[in-house]
Amino acid sequence: MIVHLSVLQVIIPLMAAPACLLLRKRELVWAFATLATFVTFAVSVLLLSQVMQSGAISYDMGGWEAPWGIEYRIDMLNAPLLVLISGISAIALLAARTSIENEIPENRHSFFYIAWLLCMAGLLGITATGDAFNVFVFLEISSLATYTLIALGKDRRALWASFQYLVAGTIGATFILIGIGLMYVMTGTLNMADLAQRLPEVENTKTVFTAFAFFIVGVCMKLALFPLHLWLPNAYAFAPSIVTTFLAATATKVAVYVMIRFIFDVFGFEFSFTHFPLQEILMTLGIAGIFVASIVAINQDNLKRMLAYSSVAQIGYLILGISFASQTGIMATLLHMLNHGLMKGALFLAMAAVVYRMGVANLSQMHGIASRMPLTMAAFLIGGLSLIGVPLTVGFVSKWYLVSAALENGWWPVAAAILLGSLLSVIYIWRVIEVAYFKSVSNNTPDVKEAPASILIPMWILVLANLYFGMDTSLTVSVTQMAAADLFGGLL
Amino acid sequence: MEFLGLFNYWVVIVLMMIGFYIVICSNNLIKKLIGLTIFQTSVFIMYISMGKIDGGTAPILAEGVTLYSNPLTHVLILTAIVVGIATTALGLAIVVRIKESYGTVEEDDIHAKDKQA
Repeated sequence: MIVHLSVLQVIIPLMAAPACLLLRKRELVWAFATLATFVTFAVSVLLLSQVMQSGAISYDMGGWEAPWGIEYRIDMLNAPLLVLISGISAIALLAARTSIENEIPENRHSFFYIAWLLCMAGLLGITATGDAFNVFVFLEISSLATYTLIALGKDRRALWASFQYLVAGTIGATFILIGIGLMYVMTGTLNMADLAQRLPEVENTKTVFTAFAFFIVGVCMKLALFPLHLWLPNAYAFAPSIVTTFLAATATKVAVYVMIRFIFDVFGFEFSFTHFPLQEILMTLGIAGIFVASIVAINQDNLKRMLAYSSVAQIGYLILGISFASQTGIMATLLHMLNHGLMKGALFLAMAAVVYRMGVANLSQMHGIASRMPLTMAAFLIGGLSLIGVPLTVGFVSKWYLVSAALENGWWPVAAAILLGSLLSVIYIWRVIEVAYFKSVSNNTPDVKEAPASILIPMWILVLANLYFGMDTSLTVSVTQMAAADLFGGLL
Repeated sequence: MEFLGLFNYWVVIVLMMIGFYIVICSNNLIKKLIGLTIFQTSVFIMYISMGKIDGGTAPILAEGVTLYSNPLTHVLILTAIVVGIATTALGLAIVVRIKESYGTVEEDDIHAKDKQA
């Protein structure tokens, strides 16, 4: 049993999805899907503790030895991400039953949970696998499930958003496929560890350069790096709120993980940063993303859309961390990946609660909403502070490491840009706080009650996680530190 | 001679650009999906061309044959074809629902209707 944990991680949700079809009754399906997700979460926690104790775990699928067979490889880099994906999914599913009541027609609820499980299986698969082609397959599993989930949105614009994402996502995935194909033609292997050994022999060929370029552009499309982010705001704004919670907290992080894995592990630091002007490209796009997306976020009335733009900005921070090409930089990126998952999860769950009561989350209708929904808005406030990076929240921890990584490189203008970006997020979070807390209730504000406990409890679990991991950083910092050290291990 | 030797890859590039152009420039959602399929198919051809070895035969153990083409790329592309079909099917399903709720499959009209609302 313990030996097979790495594959169970992916198999449980993958098998639970079709099993849901047999259950039919939507309460049963929900209970079963949630149970399966919690089991998956337990598996990933076990995996993380195992990796922390005894190092990386390698699993040969079907007994076929790597590099011939497919290898699943869990190490310090992906184990925490597995915990994040399954954890957020489990918490969000707790709230899902109530949240989708008003947003998805009842006869589609079972299909919603099935798509959800498939999406999670895909994301976990991308993260756990050690095989390049497997990454593509799981990427498509999760993407197809995501398009379905987004198209379930109540507003008809959800359909259009889903179609746009389908086109953008497929182009991105095809680029990744081209990249993997060209890597294979040069090395004859698809196993990541094997690729890492063989690529240096041929690294000065045009084919490898092309492979790298296609792969990175494809991944950037998936992780919505500015200016390839155009699919994201609409998709997040019009998808059912609980879907947005899950996707915003996990999907783009997985793409960032793939990018880190290939830049540092497969192609290697040498190739990526000395043969390729990756540093300049990523830094420019990262900073541009932070500023453009934050400024656009300030002008949004739809709060889900505002938070979506804020996600694009946060992706800018993640990419900036990679562009530092230093151990601290990568550590900051990894840390921010986990922390951003926690804060966006909490913020979007608060929005899910608002949408549950009001039908929409438009700022113009939220005057004095804090007096009607105090717990929800308090959660939004703490999540917002965390997003800004106020001490005692997780946001502070990751911004701290980002800034110190910038200063370590002696790039003080970049450090200034990071702080300036945080100021922009103060503006868009403050807009909401001002309207919700300091405006008196107007005629425009619908007469609403506090959100039901089934949404409040998951929301506050995430909020408390924001505070807990902001104060006790020993676990997250040590894990990401080890992961970053692993990535740079070959160099030092 | 080199040009002819790389014939397959030229076809790949031409098909890929045709598909990409249709995806970007076409106003009709169905045509966009057709473009997307052509774009994906070009990559399938690239993979299959990669596996071919000059003078190699099908990878079946037989007397007197020592040179085989690489079957792995074909297997990979079988998977990718399935993924491609799933994507097209899902895309078409979404287009059907767009047609139901917007009454049109032209991108400009959809934008115009969204602006009105």
